[in-house]
Amino acid sequence: METGPTIRVRDLKKIFVVSRREAGIREALASLVHRRMEEIPAVDGISFDLAAGEIVGFLGPNGAGKTTTLKMLSGLLYPTSGELSVLSHVPWKREKSFLRQITLVMGQRNQLVWDIPAADSFELNRAIYHIPSADYRQILEELTGLLELGPLLSKPVRNLSLGERMKCEIAVALLHRPSVVFLDEPTIGLDVTMQRRIRSFITEYNRRYGATVLLTSHYMADVEALCKRVIVIHHGKLLFDGELAALVHRFTAHKTIAVQLRDCDADLSVYGEVISCEDGRATLRVPKSETARVTERLLVDLPVIDLTVEDPPIEEVIERVFAQEAV
Amino acid sequence: MKGLSDVYLQQLKTSLAAMLQYRASLVIWLIGNILEPLIYLVVWSTVSRSSGGSVGGFAEKDFAAYYIALLLVNQVTYTWVMYEFDYRVRQGTFSSALLHPVHPIHSDIADNISSKVVSFPFVLAAAAALSAIFHPAFRTTAVTVAFFIPALALAFLVRFLVEWTAALAAFWTTRVNAINQIYFISALFLSGQIAPLSLLPPPLRVVAMFLPFRWTIGFPIELILGRLTRAQILTGLAVQVVWLLAALALLRILWRASVRKYSAVGA
Repeated sequence: METGPTIRVRDLKKIFVVSRREAGIREALASLVHRRMEEIPAVDGISFDLAAGEIVGFLGPNGAGKTTTLKMLSGLLYPTSGELSVLSHVPWKREKSFLRQITLVMGQRNQLVWDIPAADSFELNRAIYHIPSADYRQILEELTGLLELGPLLSKPVRNLSLGERMKCEIAVALLHRPSVVFLDEPTIGLDVTMQRRIRSFITEYNRRYGATVLLTSHYMADVEALCKRVIVIHHGKLLFDGELAALVHRFTAHKTIAVQLRDCDADLSVYGEVISCEDGRATLRVPKSETARVTERLLVDLPVIDLTVEDPPIEEVIERVFAQEAV
Repeated sequence: MKGLSDVYLQQLKTSLAAMLQYRASLVIWLIGNILEPLIYLVVWSTVSRSSGGSVGGFAEKDFAAYYIALLLVNQVTYTWVMYEFDYRVRQGTFSSALLHPVHPIHSDIADNISSKVVSFPFVLAAAAALSAIFHPAFRTTAVTVAFFIPALALAFLVRFLVEWTAALAAFWTTRVNAINQIYFISALFLSGQIAPLSLLPPPLRVVAMFLPFRWTIGFPIELILGRLTRAQILTGLAVQVVWLLAALALLRILWRASVRKYSAVGA
Protein backbone atom coordinates (compact mmCIF):
# COMPACT_ATOMS: atom_id res chain seq x y z
CA MET A 1 0.00 0.00 0.00
CA GLU A 2 1.27 3.43 -0.92
CA THR A 3 1.62 5.66 2.05
CA GLY A 4 3.62 8.75 1.14
CA PRO A 5 3.28 10.81 -2.02
CA THR A 6 3.52 9.05 -5.38
CA ILE A 7 6.44 11.23 -6.36
CA ARG A 8 8.74 12.71 -3.77
CA VAL A 9 11.60 15.00 -4.72
CA ARG A 10 13.90 16.59 -2.16
CA ASP A 11 16.71 18.97 -2.97
CA LEU A 12 17.30 17.24 -6.28
CA LYS A 13 20.40 18.27 -8.19
CA LYS A 14 21.90 17.31 -11.50
CA ILE A 15 25.21 18.86 -12.40
CA PHE A 16 26.65 18.12 -15.83
CA VAL A 17 30.39 18.43 -16.28
CA VAL A 18 31.20 19.55 -19.79
CA SER A 19 34.42 20.58 -21.45
CA ARG A 20 34.43 24.18 -22.53
CA ARG A 21 36.38 25.66 -25.35
CA GLU A 22 36.33 28.96 -27.14
CA ALA A 23 36.19 29.00 -30.90
CA GLY A 24 39.45 29.19 -32.85
CA ILE A 25 42.43 27.06 -33.68
CA ARG A 26 44.57 28.28 -30.79
CA GLU A 27 41.88 27.28 -28.33
CA ALA A 28 41.43 23.97 -30.08
CA LEU A 29 45.13 23.19 -29.65
CA ALA A 30 45.13 24.38 -26.06
CA SER A 31 42.22 22.10 -25.28
CA LEU A 32 44.28 19.11 -26.40
CA VAL A 33 46.65 19.71 -23.51
CA HIS A 34 44.40 21.16 -20.92
CA ARG A 35 40.71 20.70 -21.11
CA ARG A 36 38.77 23.25 -19.17
CA MET A 37 35.88 21.56 -17.48
CA GLU A 38 32.81 23.44 -16.50
CA GLU A 39 30.00 22.45 -14.18
CA ILE A 40 26.54 23.14 -15.47
CA PRO A 41 23.84 22.82 -12.84
CA ALA A 42 20.89 21.68 -14.95
CA VAL A 43 18.72 21.04 -11.91
CA ASP A 44 19.76 22.94 -8.83
CA GLY A 45 18.07 21.76 -5.70
CA ILE A 46 14.38 21.41 -6.35
CA SER A 47 11.80 19.81 -4.06
CA PHE A 48 8.19 18.89 -4.61
CA ASP A 49 5.64 16.12 -4.05
CA LEU A 50 2.97 14.74 -6.32
CA ALA A 51 0.01 12.93 -4.86
CA ALA A 52 -1.55 9.95 -6.63
CA GLY A 53 -3.87 10.99 -9.43
CA GLU A 54 -2.64 14.57 -9.78
CA ILE A 55 -2.02 16.22 -13.15
CA VAL A 56 0.71 18.79 -12.72
CA GLY A 57 2.14 21.13 -15.32
CA PHE A 58 5.89 21.49 -15.28
CA LEU A 59 6.80 24.85 -16.76
CA GLY A 60 9.97 26.66 -17.61
CA PRO A 61 11.75 28.14 -20.61
CA ASN A 62 14.06 26.03 -22.78
CA GLY A 63 17.02 24.81 -20.77
CA ALA A 64 15.29 25.31 -17.44
CA GLY A 65 15.88 21.70 -16.42
CA LYS A 66 12.44 20.24 -17.13
CA THR A 67 13.55 17.37 -19.34
CA THR A 68 16.51 16.62 -17.07
CA THR A 69 14.10 16.34 -14.15
CA LEU A 70 11.74 14.08 -16.10
CA LYS A 71 14.68 11.87 -17.06
CA MET A 72 15.73 11.58 -13.42
CA LEU A 73 12.17 10.77 -12.38
CA SER A 74 11.86 8.05 -15.00
CA GLY A 75 15.26 6.56 -14.19
CA LEU A 76 17.24 7.55 -17.28
CA LEU A 77 19.49 9.94 -15.40
CA TYR A 78 21.37 9.47 -12.21
CA PRO A 79 20.96 12.46 -9.89
CA THR A 80 24.05 14.26 -8.62
CA SER A 81 22.47 14.63 -5.20
CA GLY A 82 19.17 14.80 -3.43
CA GLU A 83 16.38 12.39 -2.69
CA LEU A 84 14.03 10.96 -5.22
CA SER A 85 11.30 8.38 -4.99
CA VAL A 86 8.60 7.43 -7.46
CA LEU A 87 6.03 4.85 -6.37
CA SER A 88 8.41 4.08 -3.49
CA HIS A 89 11.13 3.10 -5.96
CA VAL A 90 14.46 4.74 -6.57
CA PRO A 91 14.10 5.52 -10.28
CA TRP A 92 17.72 5.14 -11.42
CA LYS A 93 17.79 1.53 -10.24
CA ARG A 94 15.25 0.88 -12.99
CA GLU A 95 13.80 -2.17 -11.29
CA LYS A 96 11.44 -4.06 -13.55
CA SER A 97 8.56 -3.60 -11.14
CA PHE A 98 9.15 0.16 -11.38
CA LEU A 99 9.50 0.32 -15.15
CA ARG A 100 6.24 -1.58 -15.57
CA GLN A 101 4.38 1.16 -13.72
CA ILE A 102 5.69 4.25 -15.44
CA THR A 103 6.02 5.71 -18.88
CA LEU A 104 7.88 8.60 -20.46
CA VAL A 105 6.68 10.14 -23.68
CA MET A 106 9.05 12.56 -25.29
CA GLY A 107 9.73 13.85 -28.76
CA GLN A 108 12.96 11.99 -29.35
CA ARG A 109 11.90 8.79 -27.69
CA ASN A 110 10.29 6.84 -30.47
CA GLN A 111 9.04 3.43 -29.57
CA LEU A 112 7.34 2.73 -32.86
CA VAL A 113 9.31 0.87 -35.49
CA TRP A 114 9.45 3.16 -38.48
CA ASP A 115 8.89 0.69 -41.30
CA ILE A 116 6.04 -1.41 -40.03
CA PRO A 117 2.46 -0.73 -38.96
CA ALA A 118 2.03 0.63 -35.44
CA ALA A 119 -0.07 -2.42 -34.57
CA ASP A 120 3.09 -4.58 -34.80
CA SER A 121 4.98 -2.30 -32.44
CA PHE A 122 2.03 -2.48 -30.08
CA GLU A 123 2.29 -6.29 -30.08
CA LEU A 124 5.98 -6.03 -29.29
CA ASN A 125 5.28 -3.80 -26.30
CA ARG A 126 2.57 -6.21 -25.17
CA ALA A 127 5.25 -8.90 -24.97
CA ILE A 128 7.86 -6.62 -23.39
CA TYR A 129 5.49 -5.56 -20.62
CA HIS A 130 3.92 -9.03 -20.16
CA ILE A 131 0.45 -7.64 -20.71
CA PRO A 132 -2.09 -10.48 -20.43
CA SER A 133 -4.02 -10.93 -23.68
CA ALA A 134 -7.42 -10.06 -22.24
CA ASP A 135 -6.13 -6.84 -20.67
CA TYR A 136 -4.29 -5.99 -23.85
CA ARG A 137 -7.39 -6.32 -26.01
CA GLN A 138 -9.35 -4.17 -23.62
CA ILE A 139 -6.80 -1.37 -23.33
CA LEU A 140 -6.11 -1.41 -27.04
CA GLU A 141 -9.82 -1.03 -27.71
CA GLU A 142 -10.03 1.84 -25.24
CA LEU A 143 -7.01 3.64 -26.60
CA THR A 144 -8.20 3.13 -30.17
CA GLY A 145 -11.52 4.68 -29.24
CA LEU A 146 -10.16 7.60 -27.24
CA LEU A 147 -7.43 8.54 -29.69
CA GLU A 148 -9.32 7.51 -32.84
CA LEU A 149 -6.51 5.24 -33.93
CA GLY A 150 -8.66 2.83 -35.95
CA PRO A 151 -7.40 3.30 -39.50
CA LEU A 152 -3.88 4.36 -38.41
CA LEU A 153 -2.81 1.11 -36.82
CA SER A 154 -2.43 -0.82 -40.04
CA LYS A 155 -0.37 1.81 -41.89
CA PRO A 156 3.43 1.78 -41.79
CA VAL A 157 4.51 4.38 -39.24
CA ARG A 158 6.58 6.29 -41.79
CA ASN A 159 3.38 7.02 -43.74
CA LEU A 160 1.66 8.65 -40.77
CA SER A 161 1.47 12.41 -40.28
CA LEU A 162 3.23 13.96 -37.28
CA GLY A 163 -0.02 14.17 -35.33
CA GLU A 164 -1.06 10.64 -36.19
CA ARG A 165 2.33 9.36 -35.17
CA MET A 166 2.19 11.23 -31.87
CA LYS A 167 -1.18 9.65 -31.10
CA CYS A 168 0.29 6.22 -31.79
CA GLU A 169 3.39 7.02 -29.70
CA ILE A 170 1.20 8.02 -26.78
CA ALA A 171 -0.89 4.86 -27.17
CA VAL A 172 2.11 2.53 -27.31
CA ALA A 173 3.53 4.21 -24.22
CA LEU A 174 0.33 3.60 -22.30
CA LEU A 175 -0.48 0.01 -23.29
CA HIS A 176 0.83 -1.28 -19.99
CA ARG A 177 -1.47 1.15 -18.17
CA PRO A 178 1.25 2.97 -16.23
CA SER A 179 0.13 4.65 -13.05
CA VAL A 180 2.77 7.38 -13.40
CA VAL A 181 2.98 9.19 -16.73
CA PHE A 182 5.70 11.65 -17.72
CA LEU A 183 4.89 13.66 -20.81
CA ASP A 184 7.48 15.92 -22.36
CA GLU A 185 5.83 18.28 -24.85
CA PRO A 186 3.15 15.82 -25.95
CA THR A 187 1.48 18.33 -28.26
CA ILE A 188 4.50 20.01 -29.83
CA GLY A 189 4.14 20.67 -33.53
CA LEU A 190 0.53 19.51 -33.66
CA ASP A 191 -2.39 21.48 -35.01
CA VAL A 192 -5.02 22.89 -32.69
CA THR A 193 -7.55 20.11 -33.25
CA MET A 194 -4.98 17.42 -32.56
CA GLN A 195 -3.72 19.29 -29.49
CA ARG A 196 -7.27 19.37 -28.17
CA ARG A 197 -7.77 15.67 -28.83
CA ILE A 198 -4.59 14.77 -26.97
CA ARG A 199 -5.50 17.07 -24.12
CA SER A 200 -8.92 15.49 -23.65
CA PHE A 201 -7.30 12.09 -23.90
CA ILE A 202 -4.88 12.88 -21.07
CA THR A 203 -7.76 14.06 -18.91
CA GLU A 204 -9.70 10.90 -19.67
CA TYR A 205 -6.74 8.61 -19.02
CA ASN A 206 -6.13 10.31 -15.69
CA ARG A 207 -9.82 10.04 -14.76
CA ARG A 208 -10.18 6.37 -15.72
CA TYR A 209 -7.00 5.00 -14.21
CA GLY A 210 -6.23 7.54 -11.52
CA ALA A 211 -2.80 7.98 -13.08
CA THR A 212 -0.40 10.60 -11.81
CA VAL A 213 0.65 12.86 -14.68
CA LEU A 214 3.55 15.30 -14.85
CA LEU A 215 3.71 17.14 -18.14
CA THR A 216 5.73 19.87 -19.74
CA SER A 217 4.37 21.99 -22.51
CA HIS A 218 5.05 25.23 -24.25
CA TYR A 219 1.38 25.56 -25.06
CA MET A 220 -0.33 27.33 -22.23
CA ALA A 221 -3.64 26.06 -23.53
CA ASP A 222 -2.46 22.56 -22.53
CA VAL A 223 -1.60 23.72 -19.06
CA GLU A 224 -4.80 25.67 -18.57
CA ALA A 225 -6.94 22.79 -19.77
CA LEU A 226 -5.18 20.04 -17.85
CA CYS A 227 -3.43 21.29 -14.76
CA LYS A 228 -4.85 22.78 -11.64
CA ARG A 229 -1.38 22.85 -10.24
CA VAL A 230 1.82 24.01 -11.85
CA ILE A 231 5.48 23.81 -10.92
CA VAL A 232 7.66 26.47 -12.49
CA ILE A 233 11.41 26.11 -12.75
CA HIS A 234 14.03 28.38 -14.23
CA HIS A 235 17.80 27.91 -14.32
CA GLY A 236 17.25 24.66 -12.46
CA LYS A 237 15.60 26.33 -9.49
CA LEU A 238 12.01 26.13 -8.37
CA LEU A 239 10.21 29.43 -8.84
CA PHE A 240 6.66 28.49 -8.04
CA ASP A 241 4.65 25.49 -6.94
CA GLY A 242 0.94 25.88 -6.51
CA GLU A 243 -2.38 26.42 -8.19
CA LEU A 244 -2.37 27.93 -11.61
CA ALA A 245 -4.83 30.55 -10.42
CA ALA A 246 -2.47 31.53 -7.61
CA LEU A 247 0.38 31.86 -10.09
CA VAL A 248 -1.69 34.22 -12.17
CA HIS A 249 -2.70 36.13 -9.08
CA ARG A 250 0.79 36.41 -7.74
CA PHE A 251 2.48 37.45 -10.93
CA THR A 252 -0.03 39.80 -12.40
CA ALA A 253 -0.11 43.29 -11.11
CA HIS A 254 -2.47 44.25 -13.93
CA LYS A 255 -5.79 43.33 -15.40
CA THR A 256 -7.04 43.89 -18.89
CA ILE A 257 -10.27 45.83 -19.45
CA ALA A 258 -11.89 45.44 -22.84
CA VAL A 259 -14.50 48.09 -23.62
CA GLN A 260 -16.75 48.40 -26.63
CA LEU A 261 -17.42 52.05 -27.44
CA ARG A 262 -18.98 53.68 -30.44
CA ASP A 263 -15.61 55.05 -31.65
CA CYS A 264 -12.07 55.70 -30.49
CA ASP A 265 -12.41 59.47 -30.23
CA ALA A 266 -12.31 59.74 -26.45
CA ASP A 267 -8.91 60.01 -24.76
CA LEU A 268 -8.65 56.71 -22.94
CA SER A 269 -5.14 57.19 -21.64
CA VAL A 270 -6.49 58.87 -18.51
CA TYR A 271 -7.99 55.52 -17.48
CA GLY A 272 -5.00 53.29 -18.02
CA GLU A 273 -2.46 52.13 -20.55
CA VAL A 274 -4.15 51.84 -23.94
CA ILE A 275 -3.01 48.65 -25.60
CA SER A 276 -5.22 49.00 -28.64
CA CYS A 277 -8.30 50.71 -29.95
CA GLU A 278 -9.95 49.80 -33.18
CA ASP A 279 -13.49 50.49 -34.36
CA GLY A 280 -14.36 51.53 -30.86
CA ARG A 281 -13.06 48.32 -29.31
CA ALA A 282 -10.44 49.34 -26.77
CA THR A 283 -8.15 47.27 -24.59
CA LEU A 284 -6.74 48.89 -21.49
CA ARG A 285 -4.23 47.69 -18.99
CA VAL A 286 -4.75 48.85 -15.44
CA PRO A 287 -3.14 48.05 -12.10
CA LYS A 288 -5.06 45.28 -10.39
CA SER A 289 -5.94 47.44 -7.38
CA GLU A 290 -7.40 50.10 -9.66
CA THR A 291 -9.63 47.75 -11.63
CA ALA A 292 -12.87 48.43 -9.79
CA ARG A 293 -12.39 52.19 -9.74
CA VAL A 294 -11.43 52.43 -13.42
CA THR A 295 -14.32 50.23 -14.47
CA GLU A 296 -16.73 52.40 -12.58
CA ARG A 297 -15.32 55.59 -14.11
CA LEU A 298 -15.44 54.16 -17.61
CA LEU A 299 -19.08 53.25 -17.18
CA VAL A 300 -19.95 56.68 -15.81
CA ASP A 301 -17.85 58.78 -18.22
CA LEU A 302 -18.33 57.00 -21.53
CA PRO A 303 -21.13 55.51 -23.59
CA VAL A 304 -20.01 51.94 -22.97
CA ILE A 305 -21.77 49.23 -24.98
CA ASP A 306 -19.93 46.32 -23.44
CA LEU A 307 -17.15 45.85 -20.89
CA THR A 308 -15.17 42.85 -19.69
CA VAL A 309 -12.38 42.51 -17.15
CA GLU A 310 -9.84 39.77 -17.75
CA ASP A 311 -6.59 38.43 -16.42
CA PRO A 312 -3.80 38.83 -18.91
CA PRO A 313 -3.14 35.77 -21.07
CA ILE A 314 -1.24 33.05 -19.25
CA GLU A 315 1.68 33.34 -21.66
CA GLU A 316 2.19 36.88 -20.46
CA VAL A 317 2.09 35.75 -16.86
CA ILE A 318 4.66 33.08 -17.44
CA GLU A 319 6.89 35.51 -19.25
CA ARG A 320 6.69 37.77 -16.26
CA VAL A 321 7.55 34.92 -13.90
CA PHE A 322 10.72 34.18 -15.82
CA ALA A 323 11.58 37.86 -16.05
CA GLN A 324 11.25 38.45 -12.32
CA GLU A 325 12.79 35.22 -11.20
CA ALA A 326 12.83 36.26 -7.55
CA VAL A 327 9.68 35.16 -5.80
CA MET B 1 10.83 -17.58 -19.12
CA LYS B 2 7.48 -17.75 -20.87
CA GLY B 3 7.44 -13.97 -20.91
CA LEU B 4 10.88 -13.83 -22.48
CA SER B 5 10.01 -16.31 -25.22
CA ASP B 6 7.02 -14.12 -26.05
CA VAL B 7 9.39 -11.14 -26.37
CA TYR B 8 11.58 -13.19 -28.73
CA LEU B 9 8.62 -14.29 -30.80
CA GLN B 10 7.26 -10.76 -31.18
CA GLN B 11 10.69 -9.29 -31.88
CA LEU B 12 11.22 -11.94 -34.55
CA LYS B 13 7.93 -11.00 -36.20
CA THR B 14 8.68 -7.28 -35.93
CA SER B 15 12.17 -7.61 -37.37
CA LEU B 16 10.95 -9.84 -40.18
CA ALA B 17 8.24 -7.39 -41.11
CA ALA B 18 10.69 -4.48 -41.02
CA MET B 19 13.29 -6.36 -43.05
CA LEU B 20 10.92 -7.39 -45.77
CA GLN B 21 10.23 -3.70 -46.34
CA TYR B 22 13.74 -3.41 -47.68
CA ARG B 23 14.13 -6.27 -50.12
CA ALA B 24 16.61 -4.42 -52.30
CA SER B 25 19.04 -3.68 -49.48
CA LEU B 26 18.66 -7.26 -48.32
CA VAL B 27 19.82 -8.46 -51.73
CA ILE B 28 22.78 -6.06 -51.87
CA TRP B 29 23.86 -7.09 -48.42
CA LEU B 30 23.54 -10.77 -49.34
CA ILE B 31 25.70 -10.30 -52.40
CA GLY B 32 28.40 -8.72 -50.20
CA ASN B 33 28.26 -11.62 -47.76
CA ILE B 34 28.66 -14.14 -50.55
CA LEU B 35 31.33 -12.23 -52.45
CA GLU B 36 33.79 -11.99 -49.56
CA PRO B 37 34.41 -15.73 -49.10
CA LEU B 38 34.24 -16.19 -52.88
CA ILE B 39 37.15 -13.77 -53.31
CA TYR B 40 39.28 -15.59 -50.72
CA LEU B 41 38.36 -18.87 -52.36
CA VAL B 42 39.47 -17.75 -55.80
CA VAL B 43 42.69 -16.21 -54.47
CA TRP B 44 43.70 -19.28 -52.47
CA SER B 45 42.76 -21.68 -55.27
CA THR B 46 45.05 -19.76 -57.59
CA VAL B 47 47.86 -19.73 -55.03
CA SER B 48 47.45 -23.43 -54.45
CA ARG B 49 47.48 -24.21 -58.18
CA SER B 50 50.58 -22.10 -58.81
CA SER B 51 52.48 -23.73 -55.95
CA GLY B 52 52.05 -27.24 -57.16
CA GLY B 53 48.50 -28.10 -56.09
CA SER B 54 48.71 -27.59 -52.34
CA VAL B 55 49.49 -24.91 -49.72
CA GLY B 56 50.06 -25.96 -46.11
CA GLY B 57 48.03 -29.11 -46.55
CA PHE B 58 45.21 -27.38 -48.40
CA ALA B 59 44.58 -28.49 -51.97
CA GLU B 60 42.30 -26.51 -54.26
CA LYS B 61 39.27 -28.58 -53.28
CA ASP B 62 40.09 -28.12 -49.59
CA PHE B 63 40.09 -24.35 -50.01
CA ALA B 64 36.76 -24.65 -51.78
CA ALA B 65 35.34 -26.62 -48.86
CA TYR B 66 36.91 -24.21 -46.34
CA TYR B 67 35.40 -21.10 -47.87
CA ILE B 68 32.00 -22.61 -48.57
CA ALA B 69 31.93 -23.62 -44.89
CA LEU B 70 33.07 -20.08 -43.99
CA LEU B 71 30.18 -18.66 -45.97
CA LEU B 72 27.73 -20.71 -43.91
CA VAL B 73 29.42 -20.29 -40.52
CA ASN B 74 29.90 -16.56 -40.95
CA GLN B 75 26.30 -16.27 -42.04
CA VAL B 76 25.12 -17.89 -38.82
CA THR B 77 27.44 -16.07 -36.44
CA TYR B 78 27.94 -12.57 -37.71
CA THR B 79 26.43 -9.49 -36.01
CA TRP B 80 26.13 -5.79 -36.73
CA VAL B 81 25.65 -4.57 -33.18
CA MET B 82 28.98 -2.72 -33.11
CA TYR B 83 27.83 -0.40 -35.88
CA GLU B 84 24.38 -0.07 -34.44
CA PHE B 85 25.40 0.90 -30.91
CA ASP B 86 27.26 3.97 -32.05
CA TYR B 87 24.13 5.23 -33.76
CA ARG B 88 21.92 4.35 -30.81
CA VAL B 89 23.99 6.17 -28.26
CA ARG B 90 24.50 9.24 -30.41
CA GLN B 91 20.86 9.48 -31.43
CA GLY B 92 19.65 8.80 -27.90
CA THR B 93 17.48 5.91 -29.06
CA PHE B 94 18.95 3.86 -26.26
CA SER B 95 16.78 5.67 -23.75
CA SER B 96 13.77 3.85 -25.09
CA ALA B 97 15.32 0.45 -24.53
CA LEU B 98 16.52 1.42 -21.05
CA LEU B 99 12.98 2.13 -19.93
CA HIS B 100 11.74 -1.28 -20.99
CA PRO B 101 11.56 -3.95 -18.30
CA VAL B 102 13.59 -6.34 -20.47
CA HIS B 103 17.35 -6.38 -21.09
CA PRO B 104 17.95 -4.87 -24.55
CA ILE B 105 20.25 -7.72 -25.60
CA HIS B 106 17.23 -9.96 -26.05
CA SER B 107 15.68 -7.90 -28.80
CA ASP B 108 19.08 -7.70 -30.51
CA ILE B 109 19.48 -11.48 -30.47
CA ALA B 110 15.96 -11.96 -31.82
CA ASP B 111 16.56 -9.31 -34.46
CA ASN B 112 19.78 -11.05 -35.50
CA ILE B 113 18.09 -14.43 -35.75
CA SER B 114 15.20 -13.11 -37.81
CA SER B 115 17.58 -11.57 -40.30
CA LYS B 116 19.36 -14.91 -40.62
CA VAL B 117 16.08 -16.74 -41.11
CA VAL B 118 15.35 -14.58 -44.13
CA SER B 119 18.79 -14.74 -45.67
CA PHE B 120 19.74 -18.33 -44.90
CA PRO B 121 17.94 -20.00 -47.84
CA PHE B 122 19.77 -17.66 -50.23
CA VAL B 123 23.14 -18.32 -48.63
CA LEU B 124 22.43 -22.04 -48.74
CA ALA B 125 21.60 -21.76 -52.44
CA ALA B 126 24.82 -19.81 -52.99
CA ALA B 127 26.76 -22.52 -51.14
CA ALA B 128 25.18 -25.17 -53.35
CA ALA B 129 26.06 -23.24 -56.49
CA LEU B 130 29.66 -22.74 -55.34
CA SER B 131 29.89 -26.46 -54.57
CA ALA B 132 28.76 -27.30 -58.08
CA ILE B 133 31.45 -25.03 -59.52
CA PHE B 134 34.43 -25.69 -57.22
CA HIS B 135 33.90 -29.35 -56.19
CA PRO B 136 34.85 -28.97 -52.51
CA ALA B 137 36.35 -31.88 -50.61
CA PHE B 138 34.29 -32.25 -47.43
CA ARG B 139 35.36 -35.11 -45.19
CA THR B 140 32.24 -34.70 -43.10
CA THR B 141 30.79 -37.59 -41.13
CA ALA B 142 27.71 -38.00 -38.98
CA VAL B 143 29.91 -37.61 -35.91
CA THR B 144 31.40 -34.31 -37.08
CA VAL B 145 27.92 -33.01 -37.84
CA ALA B 146 26.81 -34.00 -34.34
CA PHE B 147 29.69 -31.96 -32.87
CA PHE B 148 29.31 -29.17 -35.41
CA ILE B 149 25.80 -28.22 -34.30
CA PRO B 150 26.69 -27.32 -30.68
CA ALA B 151 29.97 -25.78 -31.87
CA LEU B 152 28.07 -23.52 -34.27
CA ALA B 153 25.51 -22.56 -31.62
CA LEU B 154 28.32 -21.73 -29.18
CA ALA B 155 30.17 -19.81 -31.89
CA PHE B 156 27.06 -17.71 -32.48
CA LEU B 157 26.58 -17.00 -28.77
CA VAL B 158 30.25 -16.23 -28.10
CA ARG B 159 30.50 -13.91 -31.10
CA PHE B 160 27.26 -12.20 -30.20
CA LEU B 161 28.20 -11.65 -26.56
CA VAL B 162 31.76 -10.56 -27.35
CA GLU B 163 30.65 -8.09 -30.00
CA TRP B 164 27.75 -6.82 -27.90
CA THR B 165 30.19 -6.22 -25.05
CA ALA B 166 32.72 -4.54 -27.36
CA ALA B 167 29.89 -2.40 -28.71
CA LEU B 168 29.44 -0.94 -25.22
CA ALA B 169 32.51 1.17 -26.01
CA ALA B 170 30.03 3.50 -27.68
CA PHE B 171 29.00 4.63 -24.22
CA TRP B 172 32.53 5.71 -23.36
CA THR B 173 33.97 7.26 -26.46
CA THR B 174 32.85 8.94 -29.63
CA ARG B 175 35.73 7.25 -31.51
CA VAL B 176 33.90 3.98 -31.84
CA ASN B 177 34.79 3.63 -35.50
CA ALA B 178 38.48 3.32 -34.64
CA ILE B 179 37.74 0.60 -32.11
CA ASN B 180 35.49 -1.22 -34.56
CA GLN B 181 38.25 -1.04 -37.15
CA ILE B 182 40.81 -2.62 -34.83
CA TYR B 183 38.34 -5.30 -33.89
CA PHE B 184 37.43 -6.20 -37.46
CA ILE B 185 41.02 -6.28 -38.69
CA SER B 186 41.98 -8.56 -35.79
CA ALA B 187 38.99 -10.75 -36.48
CA LEU B 188 39.79 -10.91 -40.18
CA PHE B 189 43.22 -12.41 -39.51
CA LEU B 190 42.73 -14.29 -36.26
CA SER B 191 39.36 -15.90 -36.88
CA GLY B 192 40.43 -17.78 -39.99
CA GLN B 193 38.65 -15.63 -42.54
CA ILE B 194 41.47 -14.29 -44.64
CA ALA B 195 43.30 -17.63 -44.45
CA PRO B 196 42.88 -20.92 -42.60
CA LEU B 197 44.66 -20.51 -39.27
CA SER B 198 47.07 -23.37 -39.98
CA LEU B 199 48.58 -21.19 -42.74
CA LEU B 200 49.40 -18.37 -40.33
CA PRO B 201 52.89 -17.99 -38.82
CA PRO B 202 53.15 -19.98 -35.56
CA PRO B 203 53.23 -16.93 -33.21
CA LEU B 204 49.96 -15.67 -34.69
CA ARG B 205 48.45 -19.12 -34.34
CA VAL B 206 49.27 -19.05 -30.63
CA VAL B 207 47.71 -15.60 -30.29
CA ALA B 208 44.63 -16.87 -32.07
CA MET B 209 44.30 -19.70 -29.55
CA PHE B 210 43.91 -17.21 -26.73
CA LEU B 211 41.54 -14.77 -28.38
CA PRO B 212 37.86 -15.38 -29.01
CA PHE B 213 37.90 -14.91 -32.81
CA ARG B 214 39.03 -18.40 -33.78
CA TRP B 215 36.34 -20.00 -31.63
CA THR B 216 33.61 -18.09 -33.42
CA ILE B 217 34.61 -18.97 -37.01
CA GLY B 218 37.74 -21.03 -37.60
CA PHE B 219 36.97 -23.76 -35.12
CA PRO B 220 33.52 -24.76 -36.42
CA ILE B 221 34.82 -24.65 -40.02
CA GLU B 222 37.77 -26.93 -39.28
CA LEU B 223 35.40 -29.19 -37.38
CA ILE B 224 32.90 -29.63 -40.21
CA LEU B 225 35.72 -30.16 -42.72
CA GLY B 226 36.86 -33.13 -40.65
CA ARG B 227 40.30 -31.62 -39.99
CA LEU B 228 40.18 -31.97 -36.20
CA THR B 229 40.84 -34.95 -33.95
CA ARG B 230 38.27 -35.95 -31.36
CA ALA B 231 40.50 -34.45 -28.63
CA GLN B 232 40.80 -31.18 -30.52
CA ILE B 233 37.04 -31.04 -30.95
CA LEU B 234 36.35 -31.59 -27.25
CA THR B 235 38.99 -29.06 -26.24
CA GLY B 236 37.51 -26.57 -28.69
CA LEU B 237 34.02 -27.00 -27.31
CA ALA B 238 35.38 -26.53 -23.78
CA VAL B 239 37.17 -23.33 -24.83
CA GLN B 240 33.96 -22.05 -26.38
CA VAL B 241 32.10 -22.67 -23.13
CA VAL B 242 34.81 -20.84 -21.18
CA TRP B 243 34.57 -17.89 -23.57
CA LEU B 244 30.81 -17.91 -23.29
CA LEU B 245 30.95 -17.70 -19.50
CA ALA B 246 33.71 -15.09 -19.57
CA ALA B 247 31.83 -12.97 -22.08
CA LEU B 248 28.63 -13.23 -20.03
CA ALA B 249 30.43 -12.12 -16.88
CA LEU B 250 32.21 -9.27 -18.66
CA LEU B 251 29.01 -8.16 -20.33
CA ARG B 252 27.23 -8.01 -16.99
CA ILE B 253 29.89 -5.87 -15.41
CA LEU B 254 30.46 -3.57 -18.36
CA TRP B 255 26.75 -3.18 -19.06
CA ARG B 256 26.16 -1.88 -15.56
CA ALA B 257 29.11 0.46 -15.70
CA SER B 258 28.16 1.69 -19.16
CA VAL B 259 24.59 2.43 -18.18
CA ARG B 260 25.78 4.22 -15.08
CA LYS B 261 28.05 6.32 -17.25
CA TYR B 262 25.26 6.97 -19.75
CA SER B 263 22.88 8.06 -17.04
CA ALA B 264 25.51 10.27 -15.41
CA VAL B 265 26.42 12.33 -18.44
CA GLY B 266 23.01 12.64 -19.99
CA ALA B 267 20.86 10.23 -21.86
